[in-house]
Amino acid sequence: MISFSAVSKRYPGGQDVLRGVSLTVNAGELVFITGHSGAGKSTLLKLIPAIERPSTGSVIVNGQNVSALRPAAIPFLRRNLGLVFQDQKLLYDRSVYENIMLPLSFSSLAPREAARRARAALDKVGLLGREKANPVQLSGGEQQRVAIARAVVNRPAILIADEPTANLDAEAAQRVLEIFVAFNQVGVTVLLATHDLGLVTRYGRRVLRLAAGHVVEDSAP
Amino acid sequence: MRSWLRQHRRALVAALGKLAAQKASGGVSALVIGVALSLPAGGYSLLEGLSSLAAGVALEPQISVYLKTGSTQSDADALAARLKSDARIGQVRFVPRTEALKELKATEGLADVIDALDHNPLPDAFVVRARDSSPETLAELAQELRRAPTVAHVQADAVWARRLASLARLGRLAVLLLAALLAFGLVAVTFNTIRLQILTQRDEIEVSKLIGATDTFIRRPFLYLGLLQGLAGGALALGIVWAGLSLLNGEVLTLAQTYGSSFRFDFLSQGDALAVMLFAGALGWLGASLSVSRYLLEVQPK
Ligand SMILES: Nc1ncnc2c1ncn2[C@@H]1O[C@H](COP(=O)(O)OP(=O)(O)O)[C@@H](O)[C@H]1O
Ligand SMILES: [Mg+2]
Repeated sequence: MISFSAVSKRYPGGQDVLRGVSLTVNAGELVFITGHSGAGKSTLLKLIPAIERPSTGSVIVNGQNVSALRPAAIPFLRRNLGLVFQDQKLLYDRSVYENIMLPLSFSSLAPREAARRARAALDKVGLLGREKANPVQLSGGEQQRVAIARAVVNRPAILIADEPTANLDAEAAQRVLEIFVAFNQVGVTVLLATHDLGLVTRYGRRVLRLAAGHVVEDSAP
Repeated sequence: MRSWLRQHRRALVAALGKLAAQKASGGVSALVIGVALSLPAGGYSLLEGLSSLAAGVALEPQISVYLKTGSTQSDADALAARLKSDARIGQVRFVPRTEALKELKATEGLADVIDALDHNPLPDAFVVRARDSSPETLAELAQELRRAPTVAHVQADAVWARRLASLARLGRLAVLLLAALLAFGLVAVTFNTIRLQILTQRDEIEVSKLIGATDTFIRRPFLYLGLLQGLAGGALALGIVWAGLSLLNGEVLTLAQTYGSSFRFDFLSQGDALAVMLFAGALGWLGASLSVSRYLLEVQPK
């Protein structure tokens, strides 16, 4: 479903962040990507929706070489991916509901169907009843769940989350992780980056550890 | 098709919302467009009025032909025959010098002056009406008649009308140049207003792009916003021209009445008013389009 072959990435004027990374993620897998801060987790995840392009090597998503995609085709790639960003990128001048409707506004969904999906997404993250609130009125964990609802509202087959548990207390982090596990159980492929190895080992899932630009550990359960 | 319409409706609604939200800057931009465009539009209305005045004169394709003093009756008859045989001429009226003097005497205040003369200084004359009223035909005819040996002087009223017409043409060119020059300025004004609007929404644009919005989608509400600002400016320009002409016509009417004329400046025709609106709308659209394209290029990852 997703495969990296000999991918290197160097930012302009910087060092190589990724050095010859090769990996494959199959449909239906849940993979935790760990490594210390600055190891390249975010960079690796950004290559999948073509937010960044590899310096060398290729990234294939659903049989499509996304590293060579025309700019005009990129939006359509991203609509099929659910993205949870490290800094969430919620709109704080909008209600929770409007935040979740944002990805639906680009698609040609009928308003009634769009509203139904937004409600379903809110339900899945346990925020039904908070749709009128502004994100700033929510706790950190709730905000993170809004970001997850926005990512899944288009029902993507692949969900990519960058440090969704950062800055959350243990309980809120646990709750967020369980949402991802639940999505994975209904068949969604999930890639989740976290620097907190302790948090994820107990799930007994595949863990990829990055260090110095290499995959230094790939432990299947 | 339905979803395409829905997308556009959404963009239009979003643009209207933005227009309402940005009141001040959007309003100022519409005001600038309106005031600026009222100059060429108003100038155009005035010129149209003047050319219609000129055209009204040219509608009476009259040429006065004065014979040399001392011409005989047979000279007059010969010229009359020649005039009547000319296909371009519709009507010929002979004004004998005695009759011309009588007419002049009837003019108030001149009777005493004429009585003081010991002889009639006026020549025999013909008043000729051409079939075709175009200034070119009249000028050509007048030129030919001037060459006749018995003719002293030819006066074609259409000539000053023609001068006025060519002056109006020159004025129209100036108005067009002004409009073209202002167009640049107005595109720049919209470019700036839309840019400010884009910057207040840069977070939304960034997220939207990250989660799969196309550039077309992002561009659309801003294009509508530019279009609406332009149209509002165009409507304002028409309002200013209308108010200006109404004021002017109040004065013109008194002046025209003293000349026994009912002349007044007409408001722009429906077609011209529509053209002003479309022009203003197009400028707004263009300014917005350049502004969004520029922004999207700036934020595009290298
Ligand atoms: N846009 C960028 N430009 C330059 N350097 C960057 C950029 N993004 C990340 N880096 C650098 O790349 C390295 C890896 O960053 P990142 O992928 O965010 O790591 P992680 O998510 O594991 O913390 C860091 O040294 C970071 O400073
Ligand atoms: Mg990171």
